[in-house]
Amino acid sequence: MTAAPLKLVVVSAGLSTPSSTRLLGDRLAEAVRRAVADGGRTVDVRVVELRDLAVDIANNMVTGFPGRALAEAVAAVTGADGLIAVTPVFSASYSGLFKSFFDVIDNDALSGKPVLIAATGGTARHSLALEHALRPLFAFLRAVVVPTAVYAASEDWGGSGDALTDTLPTRVARAAGELAALLVTRPSATVTAVDTVVPFEQQLAALRPE
Amino acid sequence: MQFGIFTVGDVTMDPTTGRTPTEHERIKAMTAIALKAEEVGLDVFATGEHHNPPFVPSSPTTMLGWIAARTERLVLSTSTTLITTNDPVKIAEDFAMLQHLAGGRVDVMMGRGNTGPVYPWFGQDIRQGIPLAIENYALLHRLWREDVVDWSGRFRSPLQGFTSTPRPLDDVPPFVWHGSIRSPEIAEQAAYYGDGFFHNNIFWPADHTKRMVELYRTRYAHYGHGTPEQAIVGLGGQVFMRKNSQDAVREFRPYFDNAPVYGHGPSMEDFTEQTPLTVGSPQQVIEKTLAFREYAGDYQRQLFLMDHAGLPLKTVLEQLDLLGEEVVPVLREEFAKGRPADVPEAPTHASLVARRDARALEGKEKEAAK
Repeated sequence: MTAAPLKLVVVSAGLSTPSSTRLLGDRLAEAVRRAVADGGRTVDVRVVELRDLAVDIANNMVTGFPGRALAEAVAAVTGADGLIAVTPVFSASYSGLFKSFFDVIDNDALSGKPVLIAATGGTARHSLALEHALRPLFAFLRAVVVPTAVYAASEDWGGSGDALTDTLPTRVARAAGELAALLVTRPSATVTAVDTVVPFEQQLAALRPE
Repeated sequence: MQFGIFTVGDVTMDPTTGRTPTEHERIKAMTAIALKAEEVGLDVFATGEHHNPPFVPSSPTTMLGWIAARTERLVLSTSTTLITTNDPVKIAEDFAMLQHLAGGRVDVMMGRGNTGPVYPWFGQDIRQGIPLAIENYALLHRLWREDVVDWSGRFRSPLQGFTSTPRPLDDVPPFVWHGSIRSPEIAEQAAYYGDGFFHNNIFWPADHTKRMVELYRTRYAHYGHGTPEQAIVGLGGQVFMRKNSQDAVREFRPYFDNAPVYGHGPSMEDFTEQTPLTVGSPQQVIEKTLAFREYAGDYQRQLFLMDHAGLPLKTVLEQLDLLGEEVVPVLREEFAKGRPADVPEAPTHASLVARRDARALEGKEKEAAK
């Protein structure tokens, strides 16, 4: 029996078209596809471009509920088997749009979800934003973040001839391998019931004095 | 079915004139709106409760008592009464007193409130919001039903031999609704007691309201109060009308765009498409309101929000004329069509007294038959 394709969602907060953030997300997704193929599995990749949802995300902040397109994107993210989250680094951290998207998702909706974090920037000097901003964010959300985070500076898209710094393909492959290993060994994502009720007697009993 | 209005009591600048009413003007406007509600044939007036600017209604039973003295038929209610931060003893006393003064034309809607600092201002902890709602209401429920109460709990000082006075009118407590936008625990609480469940309905898409109402109906039946279809459901709604729908859109847009709750967010067109808000002709309001039944089932109470976002009193009174003359009579007729005979009306003091007496008689007959 062939196992069902794994659902992999790339969240890209890149703003320009074409975007190097999207490019990095695509490269990572492709590397994950290759890595799971080694184990005989396939992936369905869905890319969520936050630029297209920017107004919906702001509206959700104001009204408290997501519009249709945003609700659908959130459902794809929370229902995925694994997530690749990529942001440009703005002012030493993830972009506001990237954070806002995760702000409108329920705090516990990503619990236990395998996540690969990645970022792009004009200079390699911001690479630790992945470790001091993105990793704590997903730790708070109780996601399982793979050890290798991938940062791509402008120069990474070319080459300097220096083997010690020309490492983007290696880092992409290593991170993708780590995510793939989590994907194939974890049970598939299941959609949890929306309204689970605690019976009223139980709610009352919890309040009775000892 | 009952139709009425509910007010938040916000003091908001009219964005078309730049003028902000005084608190006094707003309070007098709220009472004028309540009297108008009775005049145009509506059934219910409900006021919110808030303890911070820009809101005025911190003392709902005072306001409702004033309105009670000047009306004959209108049912006076709240939207909502803060069961979390008010002392349940004081709620029991205040609403029993109001019930006597209003000749029973009183019910009350419990809510948790949505302003974080109100909890510490009243000595409570917002993280205990749900437990407070549960424990305080459990006490309130007893205070209205037992003449002498011994009680101790987690949040309030204990009571020994306490009698809440006055006793409820005819020994029948006011009917209680529980309002919640997104907490299944509150739908469960309403179902447990066989009380009503009210969904504000106006800020969220219909499928969300549908899930909450379905949960309440299912649990209402689970606790043996009747079939799911017999559960007591109320919904909010929000409308702005003119005879010509384009006039309504043009006139309401600045109020929508600057509204405290959703202003500066989605367009009015998107918001009307995604939520129960209707801006248009009375006919459009009728059509959209009738469609609530498709996701909430046959229900008992429909309240409209009419007087917020800085709309001037004169405009609100015109809106109430349209609501009372052109919308509600049609809604009454249409909602009655196809409504099963065993779906009850919203409980009133008279119906609750009759139910109590019928049960007492039933008990006596059983006793005599032995």
